[in-house]
Amino acid sequence: MSVVLQEPAALDDAVPVRSRRGIVWETVKRRPSALVGAGLLALVIVGAVLAPVLAPYDLHEQVGPVFGRPSWSHPLGLDDGGIDMVTLLMWGARISLVVGFAATFVSMVIGGAIGVTAGYFGGKVDTILMRITDYFLVIPDVPLMIIVAAIWGPSLFHIVIVIGILLWTSTARVIRAQVKSVRERVYVKRARSLGASHMRVVLRHVLPQVAPLLIANTVLTIAVAIFDETALAFLGLSDPSRISLGKMIENAFQRAAISTGAWWAIVPPGVLVAVIILACSLLGGAIEDALNPRLRVAHLSARTFRLRPLVGRGPEAL
Amino acid sequence: MRGADYIVKRIVFALLTVFVAITINFALFRLAPGSAVTNLARVPHATPETRLAIKRQFGLDKSKWQQYWIYLGQLFRGNLGVSFANSQPVSSNLRTALINTLPMVLIGTVFAIVLGTLTGVIAAWRRGTKTEGASVTTALAFYSMPTHWLGLMLVILFAGVLPTGGMSNEFLLNPSFSTHVKDLAEHIALPSLTLGLVLYGEYTLIVRSAMLETLGEDYILTARAKGFRAGAILRRHALRNAMLPIATLIALSLGYIVAGAILVETVFSWPGIGRAVYDAVLQRDYPMLQGAFLLLTVSVVFFNLVADLLYFKLDPRITT
Repeated sequence: MSVVLQEPAALDDAVPVRSRRGIVWETVKRRPSALVGAGLLALVIVGAVLAPVLAPYDLHEQVGPVFGRPSWSHPLGLDDGGIDMVTLLMWGARISLVVGFAATFVSMVIGGAIGVTAGYFGGKVDTILMRITDYFLVIPDVPLMIIVAAIWGPSLFHIVIVIGILLWTSTARVIRAQVKSVRERVYVKRARSLGASHMRVVLRHVLPQVAPLLIANTVLTIAVAIFDETALAFLGLSDPSRISLGKMIENAFQRAAISTGAWWAIVPPGVLVAVIILACSLLGGAIEDALNPRLRVAHLSARTFRLRPLVGRGPEAL
Repeated sequence: MRGADYIVKRIVFALLTVFVAITINFALFRLAPGSAVTNLARVPHATPETRLAIKRQFGLDKSKWQQYWIYLGQLFRGNLGVSFANSQPVSSNLRTALINTLPMVLIGTVFAIVLGTLTGVIAAWRRGTKTEGASVTTALAFYSMPTHWLGLMLVILFAGVLPTGGMSNEFLLNPSFSTHVKDLAEHIALPSLTLGLVLYGEYTLIVRSAMLETLGEDYILTARAKGFRAGAILRRHALRNAMLPIATLIALSLGYIVAGAILVETVFSWPGIGRAVYDAVLQRDYPMLQGAFLLLTVSVVFFNLVADLLYFKLDPRITT
């Protein structure tokens, strides 16, 4: 390892030291939509977490007629079992979020591990892992999820695992690319030559650098996972005893909410899913935007035409 | 010829992917809980003799490797097995379904590409204006909606105006050709629109960011300095170059079209591949499920290959 240890000290200095707080600040400053996304997401999460406290009625209590109309005591009406829709939405969001977060966690662990391993070790390991990733990327996710879920039988745990083991591909690729560039930095080489183990280098030097990107990817994956859960539930493949937002849509569809004219049983859960996905997309996209120097080069659109500043922008401008 | 080995490499990769999918397909259904015999026979308390007979009949007494080998051989001859549900060969079931699915998906996709490109280009060109805000917000909204839920919303909106289920009106007796076409068009409208709207949102966002990237390039500045009209710059300089990432991403989104088709066809009872998957799930019709998955995988892999080759043709810089 006597290679480039003395040479690019200047370049090392030029890499801007960005603290975690700096990244948060920069994200918000560049894309105010991040705040909207974070706010919406926080709202949904608070509502879901506090469901046992805030929900106006009991989840299993029939409080009125089947498909009862919206009224003052039930602002969103009643579902096919005469259960209050607001209560159902809060508990449903809980299950949907749990599935979304858990499945994302599974896929982040797999994707992160594969991405870091492939990027850090390079060579044959990289080739093999990326080949596997390529295969998974091409195979259509949702049909495979449907098959696996159909074979294993409906349960919350199966749904989480099925979604998790199929969503890791893009994470693995993004992380790998980032790790590859971090690995070449001088301080990583220094650490290696000082005798740090691979484990230590990855944990101390590589992961912290990759973390923000991993977070952006996590947020985006949550959106996909929740969408997939909704789809699987709609096809009758989710746990029948757990009411998620997807399950609510399925129930309303199966019990003919539309022909009964009970739009209130079918509109709100879909809106809530859309809000969650929208919030995750806004937040994740904004973080990614703030991190990706390629996107940061001032997008000169036709209306605000200025010369692109070539100096004084740090290494991204080069 | 330029990059003949690139093309060969892509084709080999596509074939390998299909092979992997076939293997997954084989392995998955053997991981199903319960013994295969009880699953197949659907007789909970069959005598040992019956079980043995069924085992023999389906070749389950052979080793896993032999079974795999036989499976590959049959597949190669186009034998996908027999459906549990209607005892028809899976391949003929799938053929009918595919013929029904294609026009619906095609109309939806074309609609999405046209509308998405249009609004995406406008959004990028009018960066920072209300037009961009409106276009991006609308696109994001449609992108966020669950496909089947959007379909149900359209059903609520258009109930009574357009038919909301099936492919044709079965009560039309000896319709003239024009009535028949009109009937089909009315039936295809809502499913195609649903698929189109969901995809349109995604395409707008993709086209916009690809356009923003090219609009920031120096040659756009040069073109403007030369005094070209805005439309010419957009079409000839910006969009042509932005087409590269757009083409790839659209090809990659084909996997989602497949997923979308399953949901849309379920909502609108459209008798296509997606509906076949749904029915197969409900009836635990494993041969159909297996066949449909294989067909979907092969088509996605195929379109990916097409995209790769297209990209190669569009971008002269690719040499490897």
